[in-house]
Amino acid sequence: MAVSIRTDGEAAGLASSSNRSATGASWDQPILLRLVSIALFAGIWEVAGRIPVSFAFPTFSDTVVAFFGLLADGSLATAYLSTLQPLVLGVVLSAFLGVSLGTICGLWRTGEWLVIPVFIVLQAAPVAAFIPMVTFVYGIGMTAKTLAVMILALPVIVLNTYKAVRNVNESLLVMCRSFLGTNWQTVAKIILPDASPVIFAGLRLGVAAGFVGVVLAELLITPTGIGDLITFHRSRADYAEMYATIASIIALSTLTLVFLQWVEVRVFRPESRGA
Amino acid sequence: MTLFGYRVPMMASLLVWCVVWEVVGRLDLVFLLPPFSDVLVAAVSLVQTPSWQSATVTTLRAFAMGMALSIVIGVPLGILMGRVKIADDLLGMWVNIFSSAPLSAIVPVLMILFGFGEKTIVAAVFLFAIWIIVLDTRAGVRHISPSLIEMARSYGASRPALYTKIILWAALPEILAGIRLGLIRGVKGVVIGQLLVAIVGYGALFETFSRNFRMAEFWALTIILFAFALLIAELIERAEAKVEYYAGARQ
Amino acid sequence: MGATALRNGPSPVPAPIDSIVEVRGISKTYGNVEALRGIDLDFPRGKLTSLLGPSGCGKTTLLKIIAGLIRADGGTVAINGKRVSAPGPERAFVFQDFALMPWATVTRNVAFGLELRGTNKAEREEIARRYIAEVGLAGFEDKYPHELSGGMRQRVGLARALSVDADVLLLDEPFSAVDEQNRRKFQEDLIRLRTNQNKTFIFVTHSIEEAVYISDRIVLLSPRPGRVSQIIEPEIDRSGDPERIHRDRHYLDTVDEIWQGLKQYVE
Repeated sequence: MAVSIRTDGEAAGLASSSNRSATGASWDQPILLRLVSIALFAGIWEVAGRIPVSFAFPTFSDTVVAFFGLLADGSLATAYLSTLQPLVLGVVLSAFLGVSLGTICGLWRTGEWLVIPVFIVLQAAPVAAFIPMVTFVYGIGMTAKTLAVMILALPVIVLNTYKAVRNVNESLLVMCRSFLGTNWQTVAKIILPDASPVIFAGLRLGVAAGFVGVVLAELLITPTGIGDLITFHRSRADYAEMYATIASIIALSTLTLVFLQWVEVRVFRPESRGA
Repeated sequence: MTLFGYRVPMMASLLVWCVVWEVVGRLDLVFLLPPFSDVLVAAVSLVQTPSWQSATVTTLRAFAMGMALSIVIGVPLGILMGRVKIADDLLGMWVNIFSSAPLSAIVPVLMILFGFGEKTIVAAVFLFAIWIIVLDTRAGVRHISPSLIEMARSYGASRPALYTKIILWAALPEILAGIRLGLIRGVKGVVIGQLLVAIVGYGALFETFSRNFRMAEFWALTIILFAFALLIAELIERAEAKVEYYAGARQ
Repeated sequence: MGATALRNGPSPVPAPIDSIVEVRGISKTYGNVEALRGIDLDFPRGKLTSLLGPSGCGKTTLLKIIAGLIRADGGTVAINGKRVSAPGPERAFVFQDFALMPWATVTRNVAFGLELRGTNKAEREEIARRYIAEVGLAGFEDKYPHELSGGMRQRVGLARALSVDADVLLLDEPFSAVDEQNRRKFQEDLIRLRTNQNKTFIFVTHSIEEAVYISDRIVLLSPRPGRVSQIIEPEIDRSGDPERIHRDRHYLDTVDEIWQGLKQYVE
């Protein structure tokens, strides 16, 4: 097959674009502009809902009211409890597995040759097709949902880690060798720290993919959690509630990504703080 | 990797995995995994069935329409955001949010807005593909060296000429990269859309195969889909390679 | 002395009595490019020796072979009479591109060599602080490399090399990525440092002025294949004001003499 290593462009492309935009620079814009932007979005939504563009298009205000209704009756909390468990478990497992596997492949040529092409294929291909399959094997419980999260999150984490480790700053490696660093020290003190920005970008992409996976699994196969809440309100034609649920999961995913970036800068990469 | 002094291409290891698959399938180790050779046989017969052919036509048509829409709207939007600060300030946040949001949650909305048919799939492809195209186009326009634009101005380029003769071309490497990533996301969108709608194209076929445990056909369809996704990525990468020479030279 | 003398192979400078680094018959080929051929050199203890030559003469390759970072195809390198083929504690390297860890503070970067040796944190930071002050960076201990100018970054690289207390310091075009004003200041500091530290310096440069300005000994290398073409010991008094050296008659003559010899290699 002639597919080259650059097929995993999603990993690299987004890793680099995440530096300049995705959850990046745009968060530094003044708070006022961001509020104006949100107000504009809400305004357009409100107008579109009032026309209305479709019988199934509630206004922004109805959706906000529905959101607080869902909060008050506890159905949103119950749904998130059921959705977040497999999501967190799946993302944590993918993070550990993906970073280890990616590091090994970055350091060890045979591992690279054997494993990386598989993940390149998984990254470029619509693996969502596997999700119905997972249910047949593992039923409609927590395991199936966790696996759905992992199927989507793992490839991007593995590929980003692999790429970062493989393209580590050559001159730092030489420096470490000249100061008598052992192989183990080179990995722990040079390779992993140098690779960490790209690894973190991969983890963020993994989390985003995990959200897609868990919602998809719940919509497709397991009638629980957020997916069930969406399907349920659609079937009852409670469109405001349905939109509120969808908006809440998108907001949660966005806030999670912003939070992760904040943690990364605050805790792990002091040198990029206030730079 | 090198073996006996020969460089073995990276992707060759997929053949190793196919052999492993065959062995695992023959040994009947995993219930849902028939031997690879059976899958290939199933693939050959599958492509001859009218149901596959019509599903492919439906899928391709929805994919092409969704992609065309997202390119036609995404590239100008990206250029606008790259050139006009206020547009960037107002839209940037939303483009970023949607580029990494769980869009699968929005597909049910598309289903009630556009019905259980092809329009929903087109909308899903559009929704999955457009954001990365906008982001990359914007980044490409931002990276254009100011002196190039000043050069065009100083030689008296009109506004349309500036955009069509300079900006579009100077940002082309990033635009193509964005389109390639958009295509990959679009394939995911078409599959997720069809799986959720479940009565259109490949989604209907997947539904039938997995419901009736026709595993060889299920895997055959998966492989066809994966091959299609990789083929698209490869084709656009060829196009990218043609402009790459100046992507590096611009700096 | 002129171009002819330079071309006639090593000039008859007597071999130093106490040499710390001995290079014998070193050769290195990259593909079909012969980078170095039969290099024999002695580096006197406590002196600053420059390897000078046009690009492609293999001076950096030779330095990295001495450092043990590149393996030679033939020949030997001995430090204090002991053959070496890998990096060792008696040598420390200063990199052209600084090779600082962007995620580490100045202190940690300077202490990194000691960190790798397992020196405990308090002790190595104490040593690091001393050398940070020595290279004139006191007050910048907790800064990160990106907060420093190019010249300051290379001072961090130099402090790191000093802090492991190696006998031989190997400097690979350390000022080539530093702007002109900072380079001047840095060269003056290096002259001062050399008298204080009692270490052996091996210094790679392509700048004739720089080599003559700071070196006790200059080894001229000729390109394709890299060979020793001449060894010069400029007799310049460096004890007084370093500014004065630039106007020193002998300094100017030596620079001119070397330039006349190297001209032939410039296209």
